Amino acid sequence: MTTGPDFDPEVPLGQLSGSLPADASPPGMFGVTGSGDTSGFSGLQRQPWIELPAERPYGGYFDEVMDAFAEAYPEYEAAVEKVVLHRGELTVHLRREHVARVCQVFRDDPALRFELLSSVSGVDYLGREGAEGRRLHAVYHLTSMTFRRRIRLEVAVTTADPHIPSVTGVYPTADWQEREAWDLHGIVFDGHPALTRIMMPDDWEGHPQRKDYPLGGVATDYKDGASIPPPDERRAYR
Amino acid sequence: MTTSDFYSPSRETTEGRIYNVSGGDWDSVLGNEPLHEERLIVNMGPQHPSTHGVLRLVLELEGETVTDARVVVGYLHTGIEKNTEFRNWTQGSAFVTRCDYLSNLFNESAYSMAVEKLLGIVVPERANLIRLMMMEINRISSHWVWLATGGMELGALTAMTNGFRARERCLDILELITGLRMNHAYIRPGGLAQDLPEDALPKIRDWIKETDKEITGVDRLLRGQPIWINRLKGVGWIGVEGCLSLGVTGPLLRAAGLPWDLRKTEPYLGYETYDFDVPTDDRGDCWSRFVVRVAEMRESLRIISQVVDRIEQTPGRVVVDDPKIAWPAQLSIGSDGMGNSPAHVNKIMNSSMEALIHHFKLVTEGFRVPAGQVYVPIEGPRGELGAHVVSDGGTRPYRVHLRDPSFINLQAVAAMSIGGLIADVIASVASIDPVMGGCDR
Repeated sequence: MTTGPDFDPEVPLGQLSGSLPADASPPGMFGVTGSGDTSGFSGLQRQPWIELPAERPYGGYFDEVMDAFAEAYPEYEAAVEKVVLHRGELTVHLRREHVARVCQVFRDDPALRFELLSSVSGVDYLGREGAEGRRLHAVYHLTSMTFRRRIRLEVAVTTADPHIPSVTGVYPTADWQEREAWDLHGIVFDGHPALTRIMMPDDWEGHPQRKDYPLGGVATDYKDGASIPPPDERRAYR
Repeated sequence: MTTSDFYSPSRETTEGRIYNVSGGDWDSVLGNEPLHEERLIVNMGPQHPSTHGVLRLVLELEGETVTDARVVVGYLHTGIEKNTEFRNWTQGSAFVTRCDYLSNLFNESAYSMAVEKLLGIVVPERANLIRLMMMEINRISSHWVWLATGGMELGALTAMTNGFRARERCLDILELITGLRMNHAYIRPGGLAQDLPEDALPKIRDWIKETDKEITGVDRLLRGQPIWINRLKGVGWIGVEGCLSLGVTGPLLRAAGLPWDLRKTEPYLGYETYDFDVPTDDRGDCWSRFVVRVAEMRESLRIISQVVDRIEQTPGRVVVDDPKIAWPAQLSIGSDGMGNSPAHVNKIMNSSMEALIHHFKLVTEGFRVPAGQVYVPIEGPRGELGAHVVSDGGTRPYRVHLRDPSFINLQAVAAMSIGGLIADVIASVASIDPVMGGCDR
């Protein structure tokens, strides 16, 4: 009997798990489809990976920031791909050639004044890159100390052409952070003073934080013959 | 002319003859070689006791003056961020806590708050109060290590022994509550691993009194000490504009004069409801950082004494009331360490099939987090500690990045030490208080 607290008899079991479509994988043991979750546990459905562009008004200070940005940056239309509002945080997706100049405007414009570049990090969206294949994202978190505001800039590139203008000229703090994004994700920041590896040894091959780079590790063997595979080969729940 | 010296092979370069000295006597190596300039490159670290773990400094010297400084990091890179992508969301807490191993509870909090923001859940008030208290205790213990190691590096061994003794008292409190001195994995997405033990609050009250005395003692020991003053005043200067362009935050920025403290400027966990000050100083040198950090420890004590009262008056759960997210076990610390409470084991084994299934699914599979990305910054002991967490909607983090203040602040070493004496490099690095576990992750 499947009588978990949130079990809804109207919903087919395969959908409950929010797993891969039922036709994507062959039936498992006892003919189950999907993840085989019959407990009603997975009521929290997996949501599709879609970043919907935000509509104005964004709310809070975001409208003010974007207005000031549009006014201060003449190529606004060409630079901004889309604006995403999620969990109260605004992400401005930029075309890569604009990022350094946009940062300059964000730092210097009196109505913006994002003095501090809090963080630069890379994210590899392998398998979710869309038609253009731009799976490597560089994510910049800017902080305005004057107005106490935060905003996120995001730039996407392909692995074949992973070039982004460096923002070290605007924010010197990006120096090591861009080196880290180069080292671990393989994003090339053009104009960086010395783009060398920072975490991995100098002669390392590959970029370990990419999704197609294996985690590595060895299986754990026990005396009675039992064995636990390394973490990246263990069962993953979708 | 002893170019064939076993300890000092030399080679000709475009910049003149270069000796690679690894032993022997400097005078006998050089002999009567006419040197136009005495330019030395000294490799300090990565295993030098005064470089705070595995930090490597490559210093170019003329005499005793530093003319160039390069900082080499990465020796402690352990792939924590990559590893979190292969474990469930709850296990992530046990990974990020090992980044900056002196501010474990800050790492856990930033990560957990980011995951909770993605989930869109609100944590019970009691859990927030305990988180805040634990972080402030952790801030004091972290500052004790800064004082102890920094003092040791400058030859103030009493600061070291007193500092580590006082820190151990902080860790006793943390151990009483979490079961571990460090790497607690106590603060988790959804709340805490367990509630406070019964004797925690009285012990914390005693500890507040002890710590207040300890701070006063060390302060009196060092503040008027001529060697301590001469080693710190006017050394390792960096101003506000330097801090901002290099991204330096935390006590360094406040020591340069800008009262930027995220607990005040972008309050989280209800910091705006506590009565405390943000200490600043205007010199921007190592001495200011000493003054600011000691004052910060006192402010943290003020916060803790307020939050202890509030915890007492706030009963309730310490984990979100959602069986899909809350860790199912009611953990209790037994005489043999940590374990499930007998009541919970009895319930899942004897009376509730659903509870057993939930326990099993939550522990093996974990919960799902809606897709999206968030950045949650908090004020760590070393500056802005940000957690950039990305989810694809699955049971594992898609990407976890910690913006660790040690990593960012270390970029200021060159600016602080070039033009100064080599001995002052030690004071400068110590005043940054870098933790390489956090820097390299």
